[in-house]
Amino acid sequence: MGAWIMAGITFREAARKRVLWMALAAGAAFLSLFGTGLYFQLKDLKPHTNLLLERQGVGALLMVGLYAVDLMAVVMTVLTSVDTLSGELASGTIQAVATKPISRWELLLGKWMGFVGMVTAYVALMVGGITAVTYRMSLHAVGGVLPHHLLRGVALIWLECILMLSLTFQMGASFSTLTNGVVVLGLHGIAFIGGWIEQAAALTHSPRALNVGITASLIMPSEALWRRAVFEMQSPIVSALGFSPFSAISVPSKAMILYACLYLAVALALAVRRFSERDL
Amino acid sequence: MIVLQTADSAAIQTHGLRKVYGQRTAVRGLTLEVRRGEVFGFLGPNGAGKTTSMRMLLGLAASTAGRARVLGRPAGEVATRRKIGFLPEHFSFYDWLTAAELLRFHGRLYGMSRAELRRRTPALLDLVGLADHRDKRLRGFSKGMLQRIGLAQALLNDPELIFLDEPTSGLDPVGRRLVRDVIKAQRERGATVFLNSHLLSEVEITCDRVAFIKHGEVLETRALHGAGEETLRVTMRVRKLTQEAVNGLSPWASSAKLEGECLSLTVASSEVLPEILRFLVGRGVDVYEVTPQRTSLEEMFLQIVGTDGGL
Repeated sequence: MGAWIMAGITFREAARKRVLWMALAAGAAFLSLFGTGLYFQLKDLKPHTNLLLERQGVGALLMVGLYAVDLMAVVMTVLTSVDTLSGELASGTIQAVATKPISRWELLLGKWMGFVGMVTAYVALMVGGITAVTYRMSLHAVGGVLPHHLLRGVALIWLECILMLSLTFQMGASFSTLTNGVVVLGLHGIAFIGGWIEQAAALTHSPRALNVGITASLIMPSEALWRRAVFEMQSPIVSALGFSPFSAISVPSKAMILYACLYLAVALALAVRRFSERDL
Repeated sequence: MIVLQTADSAAIQTHGLRKVYGQRTAVRGLTLEVRRGEVFGFLGPNGAGKTTSMRMLLGLAASTAGRARVLGRPAGEVATRRKIGFLPEHFSFYDWLTAAELLRFHGRLYGMSRAELRRRTPALLDLVGLADHRDKRLRGFSKGMLQRIGLAQALLNDPELIFLDEPTSGLDPVGRRLVRDVIKAQRERGATVFLNSHLLSEVEITCDRVAFIKHGEVLETRALHGAGEETLRVTMRVRKLTQEAVNGLSPWASSAKLEGECLSLTVASSEVLPEILRFLVGRGVDVYEVTPQRTSLEEMFLQIVGTDGGL
């Protein structure tokens, strides 16, 4: 019960953060830009263009848009939650709550659940927005383009954000706001570079470079989740033709998704343990 | 309001409680007993370990060594916190909440029903003088108003034990009077109050007993207001007092010294003064003045803690 009460107030607290509203405003601006670009691209179609190829082109553009959405969602997740523990520890706000009949694990999990609610709403809004804009804009010209497996893709983007959230909580239970942000975004940077190394290694058939990329994904599996999401959402033809920058040459396996889920659970468990043991 | 008392007579009991941060010892070995129903003052210079001790009793910080029991249970137990109220030194919370919303949130954490909260919220806001500000957001509150709403949240659950850490911090004289009245009302309903304050005048008025702490150790515990006082110094202005009469005071006075017309006595309590007077008058002594010499809390503090501070 205590966890749900905490989740409720944390959701309200998170929803009031300026960074969230800035991220939403940036998202709205991005969607407008994306929609305008797509509109002119489709309007300027030559009469005898190959529709199949054009649909794949729109699909590739949608993937680029989703990549931007993914990046914005990850950054927004980290920036809104980075000070929720360390900030309240520093201000002493947490003392009034931690002396109430609520266990530390309920307090932490409640806060985490509040952020999960906020992140879910943001991801749903942004992915839903870009999908709707693409479909609506392309409906007349090429019959409407949708991601191949939309729900699987959204679930993986969501999982990536929740992974980042759990890691932010784990670091926040030990470190200051600034250190937490640097560590979490730094790890995501490692995952990002690792992902591209893995892709390039697959192209050049370099098994040693491939292992470097996989190792980076094991250190931080966030980017692997995005690449799996692309694989699920992108049309198989685009993947086969290498039509988009996200051609899934080296697709993270289902085992990697399971590993990411385990990583998330361990990060959350460590956050609970550290928060339960530490002085407030 | 009647507070349920359990068999365990001590509200707080600690033995050799210790807290070490790296190389620094914040609390060296706190041994303390606070009785149920009393207002207990916790005094000491800055850095004496008062707040750290309180945090250990509340379960906010883990002790390095020693034992602490609160309301008969090990300190920090979640179930015990239902019976505890706490006002931190600088109360702060999400500033977008209104005063009424803040109380509702904390009340829900105590497991209070909506009906109970509807009843308690206006009563508490009225008690702390914030009835007209119930729908005002905390961001518009002054420091004193934040302390008042903090006090209200500490009383939400009609606690058996209330921890107040510098409750008058940031309060004007009216606010300080309010805190005094609240403490008095809590004592009258049988609650125990553990008060950490620098304002010795406030402590002197409100507390039944005080502990003096320095370097994380209790130097001494004293009762205030006469009750349980260990000794009392009395000075008298007398004439016709013989040495034999002075010697005859030994059943009541542990020391007696005559200098001119001034007789200084140390007695067990003020209860023996009428008998001493009867004895002296019976021996033909003229008594012009009897003045009990009560030591102010500030003098007591300086005598016990010293003037070097705790830093």
